[in-house]
This record gives sequence, C-alpha cells and structure tokens, in this order.
Amino acid sequence: METARVLDHRILPANEEQFLTFRLDGQEYGIAILKVQEIKGWDKMTPIPNSPPYVKGVLNLRGVIVPVFDLRLRFGLPEAARDAFTVIIVVNIGGRLAGIVVDAVSDVINIGAEQQCAAPAYEGQQNREFIKGLAQVDGKLLILLDIDRMVNPETLDKAEAAAPTAVAL
Amino acid sequence: MAIDMRQFHQTFFEESLEGLTVMEAELLHLERAACASGQDTVYADSEILNTIFRSAHSIKGGSSTFGFGDVAAFAHVLESRLDALRDRRSQPSQRVVGLLLLSVDCLRSLIVAAKTGKEADRNAIEAVRVQLEKLESENTALPVTGKTPTQVEALTTTHWHILFRPNPRMFHTGNDPLRILRELAGLGKLKTTADVSGLPSWEQLNPEECYLSWNVELVGSTAREAVADVFSWVLDDCCLEIAPKTMLAPTLSQRTVAEAVAFMDTNAGTLRVNVPKIDGLINTVGELVITQTMLSQIATNFSFDNLSRLFAGIAQLERNTRELQESVMRIRMLPLSFAFNRLPRLVHDMSQKLGKKVELIVHGEQTEIDKTVIDRLIDPLLHLVRNCLGHGIEPPAERIAAGKPETGIIELKAYQKGGNVAIEIRDDGRGMQHERIFAKAVERGLISAEAKLSPEEISEMIFLPGFSTAETVTDVSGRGVGMDIVRNNIRSLGGSVEIASQPGRGTCFIVRLPLTLAILDGLSVQVGIHTYILPLVSIVESVRIRPEQVSRPAGGAELYGLRKEYLPLLRLYELFRIEPRSADLTQGLLVIVEADGKKAGLYVDDLLGQQQVVIKSLATHYRKVEGISAATILGDGSVAMILDVTGLIRLAHSGAGHSVSNGSDAPPATVAASAAAPTIN
Repeated sequence: METARVLDHRILPANEEQFLTFRLDGQEYGIAILKVQEIKGWDKMTPIPNSPPYVKGVLNLRGVIVPVFDLRLRFGLPEAARDAFTVIIVVNIGGRLAGIVVDAVSDVINIGAEQQCAAPAYEGQQNREFIKGLAQVDGKLLILLDIDRMVNPETLDKAEAAAPTAVAL
Repeated sequence: MAIDMRQFHQTFFEESLEGLTVMEAELLHLERAACASGQDTVYADSEILNTIFRSAHSIKGGSSTFGFGDVAAFAHVLESRLDALRDRRSQPSQRVVGLLLLSVDCLRSLIVAAKTGKEADRNAIEAVRVQLEKLESENTALPVTGKTPTQVEALTTTHWHILFRPNPRMFHTGNDPLRILRELAGLGKLKTTADVSGLPSWEQLNPEECYLSWNVELVGSTAREAVADVFSWVLDDCCLEIAPKTMLAPTLSQRTVAEAVAFMDTNAGTLRVNVPKIDGLINTVGELVITQTMLSQIATNFSFDNLSRLFAGIAQLERNTRELQESVMRIRMLPLSFAFNRLPRLVHDMSQKLGKKVELIVHGEQTEIDKTVIDRLIDPLLHLVRNCLGHGIEPPAERIAAGKPETGIIELKAYQKGGNVAIEIRDDGRGMQHERIFAKAVERGLISAEAKLSPEEISEMIFLPGFSTAETVTDVSGRGVGMDIVRNNIRSLGGSVEIASQPGRGTCFIVRLPLTLAILDGLSVQVGIHTYILPLVSIVESVRIRPEQVSRPAGGAELYGLRKEYLPLLRLYELFRIEPRSADLTQGLLVIVEADGKKAGLYVDDLLGQQQVVIKSLATHYRKVEGISAATILGDGSVAMILDVTGLIRLAHSGAGHSVSNGSDAPPATVAASAAAPTIN
C-alpha cells in the first residue's frame, strides 16, 4: 500500500518533498526519503565501548559495519521496550551509513513548501539543531528532522563532549 | 571531438615516474660498471642506453601530448644528450652519469610538480639544464677520437641518408609513414625511394599492415636532431637509420628500438594486475559456481542418504572460499622490489657523501606483499639502510685497519615465512657499540648509570624516542628522530623489528611484516557476554593470576608482578565499562600484551581461540574509538571489536575507565584507581 503511494507521487511537483514518517514516543517525525537506504527489523548489535548511551552499537549489514543510534535516547526520551514494530531505519548520508532505532515507521508523504514552517525557539529546548522544520499534515504536527546533522560524526563528538557520560580524551 | 585529456594524466604521471625509476636503476648500473673497471669512461652497453633513452623518450612524448611544456622541454634536452651517448658520439664519463642522475631528479620534481600543481624549484632545474646543454656543445665541439671521423661530420652534414623501415603494425598505432615523409620534405629537398620488396601477393595482403620501407635522401642544412624529431612518434615502431651521405650501408645492424622493447622489464605497475592473477581468480570463481550448483542439487532432493555428499560439498565450498580469498588477496600483492628499487640510489648518493665504499646486495625482491604495506614500508626501510650506512659501515681506512675489505656490504634479504614476510637488513660494519649506546642512554637520562642490562636490552634502547649516538648531526643520521619512528611505523603495519649485532662483524635488522593489512591473526577473548579480538602480534603470553602478585602501591593503579617485572593490570571490563563474568581475578586470565615498548597485563574472563579475521574499519561509518582499532565480523555474523593495545594503555592512563561511571549502562567501577598508572619498562 505504501509502495502504491510512492508510485502515485513519483513525479513530484517542484516544491514538494517526500518524507518517511515514523513514530517516537507518540510523536510523528519525518526524514527526507532520499536519505533512507532501507528499513530493517531489530537485529543483534555489538556495543561500542565507552560510547554514549544512545549509540546502541554496530550492526553487520551484509558485511558493512554500521553504527546504530537510538533516537529516543538521542532526544532524551525514556527508553522503550522493543516490540514487533521497532525498526531500524538505515540512512545513507553521502555514502556514510547509520541506523536509527524508532518505535515504528508510519508512512511516506509529500509535503509542500507551504506546509512547512520553522520550529519556534523557546527556552531550554534541547536538540533544536536537529529539527529542520515543522509541518501540518491532516491536522497533526509532524517534526521534520535534519538527519544529516544527527549522524554526523562531528555533532557526535560535540554531543559527547557535552554529555555527562562522555569519555574525555 | 574534444577528449578530456585529464583522465589520462594520472596514468601519465605513474608511467613517467616508473620510467624515471628505470632510468635511475640503469644509470646506477652504468656507474657501477665505471667503478668496477676503474676507468673514468665506461663502455656502455647499448641495451642499457636504449632502456634509458626509451624512458626519457616516452616521458617527452607523453608530456608534450598532455601539455606539460616544461617537462617536455627538459626531457628533450635530456633525450638529445642520451641520443648522443647512444650513437657513440661520446662515451659516458662518471661526471656525465652523475649529471644524468641529477637530471632524473629534476624530471621527477617537474613531474611531481605537475601532478600536485605545486611549483618545482626552477633555479635548480635550470642549472642542471644549462649543464646538460653545455655538455652537449662540449662534445660537439671536441672531435671525439680519430677512430670514427664520420661522427663529427654527422653533426654538420647537410646531406642525410635515411633508412626508414616501419613495423608492419605501424598503422595500428595511428601513425602514417606518408605524414612523416611529408614532414621530412619540409626540412629540405627530398629524394625518396620506396622498397616494395616486402609486399606480399594480393591475396595475402592485409590492408592494415605496412609492407613498404623507404630510402630517403635529404639535402638541406638540417641538424640531426631535427631529422630525428620527425620520427619521434614512431621510434618504437620502426627500424630507423639516419646517417650522413658519406656513410654507405650501415656497418652494424643496430638493434632496433622495437626489438629492445621486448626486453622491457615486465615488472607489475602500481596496481596493474598481471593476467595470471586474474585468470587464477576466474578459475576459482568457476569452481565456486560448480560447488554451489552441486550443493543446491543436494538441497533440492535431500535425503539422509546424501548426507555424506553434503559434507563433501561443504568441505569443497570451504576450500573454494579459501582459494578465492587467497586469489583476491594476491591481486593486492606487489613484489617488494617496489620498495627496494629506491635503495640503490640512496646507497650511491650517501656513500659518496660520506666517503664510504658500499655495495648493496638485494635478495628476494620478488617476494610479494600487500600494496598498502609496501607504501608504508618505504620510509622505515630507507631509514634502516641509512642507519647501516651512517652508523654501521666504517670509513675505508677503518675497515682496512680492522682487516676487512675496503668495500662494505649492505645486504637486503626478503623472504616469506608462514603468514609473514621477513626483511633482513644486514651490514658487515662495526656492529652495535654497546658501551656507547649505554653511555648515551645514561646521558640522555633514559636509564640510570647503575642499571645492569643485557646486550640485547642495550640494543633495544636505540628504539627509544630521542635516542641517537651519532656524534655530529648530519643529514644522514643523528637527528634522534629515527629508530623509534621506524619501530612505530612498522608496528602500525602490524609488524616488528629486531636487532642482532656482533661487535666488529656487523648488525642485522630483521623486520617482520604481515602479508596483508586486510586480514589479521587474532586471539578472541571473552569478557562477560562480549567477544573481543586481540591482535596476535601484541600478545606476549597469558598467565593465570596469582592473587599474591597483585599489588596496589599507595592505593594507585593495580600492578601485577610477573617474574622480575611489574606490569600495570588493566581490567578490560573496567576500561570498557561492561559487566564481567567475574571480577575475581583468579577466575579469569591475564594476557600480557606489549605495544610501543610498553607492557601491560590485560584481565579477561577467558580465551576463546586463535583465528584470522577480516579487518573492517569502524571509522568508515562511525569514527575512531579509543582502545579499538577496528571491527570484524565473526563466523556467526555478529560484529566483534578488535582491540588496540596502545589505545587501551592510554585509556587506562587517562583514567577514563574509572573517573566517570554514572552512565546508565555502565556497571559501577569496582575499583577506584588513580589516573596515573606508573609505566614500567
């Protein structure tokens, strides 16, 4: 059914973008679909020593070693138990692969530029740098993420330097 | 149609640099011949001269095609100089050979400059060029010897007789004799006679081959170079004789360039893979496909009667896989001569500078090793040889006094041993002077004057950072940034260096390197539920822990007393903040590891076994992690981390394993240890 929708919208209007939406602690998020390589089920992972808690470990993806980040922990949300819907979205950012753990994937939708707006700034908001914008879809709020920044090794280092569990080297 | 020439630049650079290496090697041959004969002038083997000329010529051709004007200009001067040598118009004196070696350096720097887009040292190059040209005019002006009067004439004559016999395949290279003849016509009055005797009968005639040859008489005041230039593109594809008119038929049948090409050494290029390796790979893949078919047949109608066939099939699959792995690895393998061929020049230049007489003997340069290893081996190797020259080999007078032959010998020997390649660098010099090394180490504050050390331990000290015994700092050796870096470089390749030395008899460095960097011999160890791979090269031994040997001086870091040494005891589970099977030291094992001259004991729960693992970088998709050098995939498909011993020791020193433990996934650190663990050497 999702495939059908993707096919419907294969030819996109110039100002529209496709997003893969997923759920995280009851909230819908979206990432640009062009960054998504594949979606796979939960798999055994090897933890990386002395890494922040949100780095779940590395995964053997057909011979390629891919780090996996838990988005809940990344955003400081409570960790959830894995269930049948928990999936890993493998994103490909300029050849660099990373997996992100989300509660469930929902849909692929088109979002026009007019539906998007910048996230408002308010006091004490963390992780704002990862938010690319907000969108209204069917009366519900969708948070569009800047996935590039989230899996970028530089932001990782920065995050680690800030995180209390960081290893100072 | 515009072709983007830039796509060929890389190939041109590589080929040119290879060509220069060939030139250098041959020039050194010449020079050695000169030294051996004890005369200033050398009778140069025409084969050697042809080889040198060919390299210069292709560089000239290539560089003008790709628009590297200054390379082409320099190569042209060099080429005409070489041409004169080749035509026996002058004999190479040692001075000339030296100058030619310098020109090779100039060409190299020009090519490197063109490659990197940086500016070459114009003044130095210009100076060499002027000298080259001067040499030219000297030789032109001087009537060489009385033996061959025609040679002098050859340069001034205005009447040329040219015999031009193209190879049958000339058209295939895109050249056309007609165009060349037309160009010749531009130089003066031309009288051409075509020799049609080579024409086959009509039925056998292949329109794509050239059967004709020409006798050309050219009248006009033209320099020989100008005439030769016309043929510069087809030199490799024809038999060409240019002679002044007075000379009748050529007396000696000169070996044609094309013939000589056959002698071109067939060494593999940068990563040009020779066909047998590819064929081997294809064969193995073919077998793999057959095995796969067999296995799937067994699977489709499987019954328990087939069980033995299934096992046989799996065994075959295993063999095929191993062969495939080996063939693929072999593609990356290059002969060590790629690293070794830099050495003759170094020895030549340095022995002259130092006033020492040295002969370099190389064995086993065909031993193959991974390309990455070769690239990173060159510098340490150069350094070791430099060390032999600077410290090992004595000046001639000292050698004679010691009753040794005047000429010192540096011997390089490479061979494969098990999964490793060993390279021995041996000199017959004065050997390691233990008293001096000891005195120096005391002076540098590296050890105390009372220390009692075995000769081996003293030898080892030259690998300490900041150590050099050379009395004066020369550009040869003695900057004190030497052997420790050599050792580190070789260690980073997963190898090791050893020294064996006999006073008065010489020193031998033995470098051991893994065949490849892609595969590592490791020991898998278990900590809690995790499996880690420890590189075999860094393991010294493993011992059961005797609790009475564990001490914690002044409440600091834990030490383990092993025989006479005290080693820092690192608990891997603490460093990595994971749950161990047991924190009780008697329940696990202590693996004694060594890296960068530092030893440590690594506490793990259990040893699982030795295995070869394929190295996969963590940094490709994540980043470097302290204490981890890479990752690998185990037989069950899970990922295991490969431990980096240097990093682990550093991690322990920084106290990272203990200082913070408030992470949700970190077990409480059972031991509060201070940040600085003492280093025991």
